[in-house]
Order: sequence, then structure tokens, then C-alpha cells
Amino acid sequence: MLLLALLVVPLAPAVATGLFGWRPTVAWTHVGASAATLALAVVLAVRVLDETIVRFGNGVLRADALAAFMVLVVAIVGLLASWSSTGYIDTELATGHTTPAGARLYGALVPLFVAAMLLALLAGNAAVTWIAIEGTTVATAFLVGHRRNRASLEASWKYVIIGSVGLALAFLGTIVLAYAARAAGATSANALNWDTLTAIGGRLDPATARLAGGLLLLGYGTKVGLAPMHTWLPDAHSQAPAPVSALMSGVLLAVAFSVILRFKTIIDAAAGPGYMRGLLIVMALLSLAVAASLMLGQRDAKRLLAYSSIEHMGVLAFAAAVGTRLAAAALLLHVIAHALGKTAAFLAVGELPLAEGTTRITELRGLLTRRPALGGCIALAIIALLGLPPFGLFASELALARAGFDAKLGWSTAAVFAVLAAATAALLYQAQRILLGPPTPTVDSQQLAVLASPRATLMVPLVSALIALGLLGITLGPLQQLLNAAARIVAR
Amino acid sequence: MTTDTYRQLLGLAAGVMIVAAVLALWRRSLSAIVRILAAQGLALAAIAVLVGAYHHEVSDIAVGGMFVVLKVVVIPAVLLRVVRDTNNQRQSEPLVNVSTTIVGAAILTVVAFAATRGLVGLHPSPEADALPAGFAVVLIAFFGLVVRRNALVQVVGFLMLENGIAAVAVLAGAGISLTVEMAVALDLLLAVLVLQILSARMQTKFGGLELDHLSELTD
Repeated sequence: MLLLALLVVPLAPAVATGLFGWRPTVAWTHVGASAATLALAVVLAVRVLDETIVRFGNGVLRADALAAFMVLVVAIVGLLASWSSTGYIDTELATGHTTPAGARLYGALVPLFVAAMLLALLAGNAAVTWIAIEGTTVATAFLVGHRRNRASLEASWKYVIIGSVGLALAFLGTIVLAYAARAAGATSANALNWDTLTAIGGRLDPATARLAGGLLLLGYGTKVGLAPMHTWLPDAHSQAPAPVSALMSGVLLAVAFSVILRFKTIIDAAAGPGYMRGLLIVMALLSLAVAASLMLGQRDAKRLLAYSSIEHMGVLAFAAAVGTRLAAAALLLHVIAHALGKTAAFLAVGELPLAEGTTRITELRGLLTRRPALGGCIALAIIALLGLPPFGLFASELALARAGFDAKLGWSTAAVFAVLAAATAALLYQAQRILLGPPTPTVDSQQLAVLASPRATLMVPLVSALIALGLLGITLGPLQQLLNAAARIVAR
Repeated sequence: MTTDTYRQLLGLAAGVMIVAAVLALWRRSLSAIVRILAAQGLALAAIAVLVGAYHHEVSDIAVGGMFVVLKVVVIPAVLLRVVRDTNNQRQSEPLVNVSTTIVGAAILTVVAFAATRGLVGLHPSPEADALPAGFAVVLIAFFGLVVRRNALVQVVGFLMLENGIAAVAVLAGAGISLTVEMAVALDLLLAVLVLQILSARMQTKFGGLELDHLSELTD
């Protein structure tokens, strides 16, 4: 029942918005439903701590510690995003950037998007997981195209075509894996159940498993935004409304990555750890290199954050490649810290088009002196994304470096961290261009005066995300146990 | 139906799917390309019905029926409407010339057969013999997505890729239940409708379906 509630509760506001349109009371049902989802996620997390697997409906839905951990991350970012959505859409309506119909569509699609992510995590069957991930593409297509101008149309076209083709390859990989499972004795009814696949992983034909693993990595890797399948990501993440960018960058990428993690344990059992490790290291290095070079010459602040997401997905790919328990723990810590950091960054930067009329880096110069509150939040979020102490990403990257050397992957670890250093330097360079320096005169300060002080519906979620991020860097607290349990699933 | 006839009919239908994928690579007329897609969908449905009839599996026959409705009737109708709504350009030039695309398709077919040798050997059966054709359709359609720069042709390319995968799914008897198969089809239909709406917006904003207009977002 708990699992079913986790899928139904987030959907309620979609119905409310569909019926009544976007209005203040409806907007707050989004926040209420998100808070209820978070409460349910916490209950689920407590239930799976002793490594029980929660099931519903004969295994149609299932949740282990890994699923519960990811559900928790989705629920946290979901709450932050829906909270900031309330003011964001109101401001967009007030400034004529969207219409009541556009706001209604937004309010209906965001809950669908969140519910699709939760289904992907809670499905008991790999094909249902695939359907849910494809569902996220369908649900977000019009969110990316929310602004309805030429740029957002271009972004949503690339997003849907590249994402769907990538996921089609993932489906092919799923079928090939099912074929191998059938040959290894699974029945056609259970060949794609996660439980069955995990149980018979070691008996699968190695060559077929390798073919499936390659296709799955290419397919879901497209959705994660790993290079060289990343080309849609900067466009989509920069064109979407800020709360949606936060959800896409902060959690959707990681949800798709968690699917790769599940398949990886199965492929590794069949074909040995070397195969997926090699592919993942190549993709990790490519992603980091692409992110570093394109962040350095970047002219737009939102695209800068999108490339930073590619960078962090590269780090996740390397952590998965290392594959030890320490690396898995570092990976999961990285997931939650990146989710919080990227949410804060996108929420804050997403306010710039309203506050400053632009997201072009050259026109933002000196933001910290001009808008201390907003600029300060951007500064803190970027410090967190740079992997500097005291924030969580510092701890996860440090642990990952240790795990890499422990696993006798010294050269790869050194190479990955060298490129990561370059990417960090690029982001630091751009951050100082945005935040410091003499301010350039803004376009029309009269017109923007209304938005002089940041709204509370932005600042509350923004500051909460930053505080949570700071706490994560100091102590994991009660999360530690869940993280360990989840890490044991990622690295057996 | 004897095993031999069954094997030959499966091979024939799979062959039609490959030929359709190759034709779509170089045809110029948009409506012709949509009709080729419908023909490929029909061949796919034939494969599902054949498998169902031979193994007395009602669910495979039902899947075949669903393919007829979705891939032969509904989706081509949606796409033909997009073509009808384009006022000026109902033709699209391929980026690469005809002979190159055909050589490319031939190479990809060979690659598909080579890459799936292990798969066929894993569980020999008449269905397994036709599996590589499904992979060939996937690769050729992927090639088509790269060499064609028109919104409608890209959607057709994506759908052909999907047809190839559906053929593999049916032939592999992958253990995908009818419900899941329906949900996959629904996802596909939604994706096509999204793309249809986006291409309609493209018509109004850019006055055409050529993707060279998409050039604002670069680094």
C-alpha cells in the first residue's frame, strides 16, 4: 500500500490543476502533496533499513534500500521544486511570459513527471521501469517547450528525438537480456522481473549479456547525459522553467543512472566486472572532458549549469566503474549532494531572467554586489558544485578518489581527477565572471524594479537546500544506515 | 504450417522490413516515406501473427492486431496529416547520395548479422534465424536518422527503429506480457503525438520541417 500511495499521492495535484487551472490554492496543493510524498518516502526508507524488500501486488511494485534512497532524493527535490513553482509561475503569469493555459499544462505535467520517476524506481519489472523512463520524456517534452519560442522548440525537438532513440536502444538491450534469461531457465512471465534477473545473473550467457549491457548503457546513458550522447542536455536543461530544470538535472539524470546501476550488477555477474567497467570509464572521461571544455567557453549561465551536470554524471559513471562498496557509498552521497546543489543553483539562476532580464554571463557581471541575497545563494551553490568543503560533494569526491586507488585503478583515477580538476577550474572561472567584478549597467532597471527583492517562495526552498547540503558535508546522520544498505545493493 | 514454410514466411516478412528501411533512406517524397513506414508496420504485424499462429499463442496474434491498428493505420494517418499541413515542401533531399546510402545499408546489414551470431546460436529456432534482420532494421533506421535532416523523416526513422526492436521482441519471445506490450505501444503513440505537435509548432515558427532551421542553441 505504501508503494502505491507513493505513486498516487504525487498525482493528486495534477488532477486539481486540470480541473481548476493554476491558482494560489491549487499551487499549494502541489506543495502539500510533495510534502506528503516526502513523508511517505521517509517511512519507506525506515522500513527497508534492515534490508527487507517491500513489495506490492505480487511484486508489481518493489522497493529495496537503493530504490528507497532514490525515492527519498526525488521526494526532497520534488518538494523544493514545487515550493518554488508556486511563486515562479505566478511571476511568469504576471510578466506575461506564460498564459493561464500554459500554467495549467505546467501544473498538470510536473506531478506526472515526478510520478513517472517514482514508478521507474519502484517497478518490479525492467520493462515497466523502461516505460516509466520513456514516460518522463513524454511528460517533460512540453515543459522544456514551456516558453514556446524558437529556442525552446529546438530544445524540445532534440530532447524528444534523441531521448526516444536512446531509450529505444535501451529497450532493445532489455529484450536481449530477457532472451538470455529465457535461455538460462527463466519463464516468459518472470524473465524481466528485477528479482529473477538478479537471482540468475550468474547463469546468463556472457556474450549475450555483453551485447545487452552495451545497448543498455548506450540507451540509459543517453538519458543520463553521458558523453557522447549528451548533446540534447544543455539545450533542454537551459530552456526548461527553473523548477523543472532542477528536477531534470538534480534527479531525473540520477534516476536513469540508478537503472544503469541495477543492470550493471546483473551484467557483471554474467560477464565479469571488466566489461562494463571499461565502457563506463571511457564515458566518464569523455563526459568530464566535454563538460570542462564547454564550460570554459560558455556564455550562458543556465547552460553552464547544464554542463556541470554532465560533469557530475561523469563522476557517477566513474564511481560505478570502480564498483567497490566504498565507491558505491561515494556514488550515492554524490547523487544526493548533487541533487541538492544543482536544485539550489537552478532555482537561483532561474530567477535571473526575471531579476536581470538575461542569463548571459557577460551581462551578469558583478551580480554579488548588485543582488547580494540571490548572488550569495548562487555563490554558495556553485561552491558546493565545485566540490569544495564543507559541502557534501567534497566528501563524496574524496571518498571516490580513495576507492579508486584501493581498487587498483590508480591510472584511471588519476586521469579522471585530472580532467575533473580542469572542469572545476572552468566552473570557478565562470563563477567569478558572473559574481565578481564591476557591474555592467542592466537593461532597464525601472522595469525590473518590481523584482528587486527575491520572493519568499524562492528563498525558503533555496536556503533549505543549501542548509541541507551543508549538513550533508558535516554528517550523514540518520542517512548513513540507508546509504550503507543501498551501497550493498550497488556493490555486492 | 510446416516448419519450413514458417521459416520462409518469417524470412520474407523480415526481408520486407529491411527493404522498407532502405527505401526510406533515399526517397524524397514525404508521403511516400510514410507509406513505406506503413508497409513496414504491416510486415511487422505479419511476423507477430505468424509466430502466434505457429505456436498457438493468442497473445502474439493480439500483438499483431495491435500493430496493424497502431503502426499501419493510426500513426501513418497522423504523419500523413502532418505532410498535408505542409504547404510548400513535400519533398526532402537526403544529405548523402543514393549509392552511398545503399552501400551503407548493406554494410550495416552485414554488421547486424555478424553481431548477433551468438544470439542466434544461443537458442536455435526459426525465430532466432530471423532475429538479425530486426537488428539490421535498427541499424539502418539509425543511419537514416543521421543522414536525413527533416523533422518528419526523423520521426519515421525513429518509428522504423522501433519497428526493428518490436520485431526482435516478438521473435525473441522475450517474455514481455501483453499488458506491458500495450503500455509500450501507448508510450510510443504519446511520443509520436508529442512530435506531431512539435512539428506543427515548427511549421508556424519556421515555415517548414527542414531541421536546418534549428540552429539557435549552439556553444
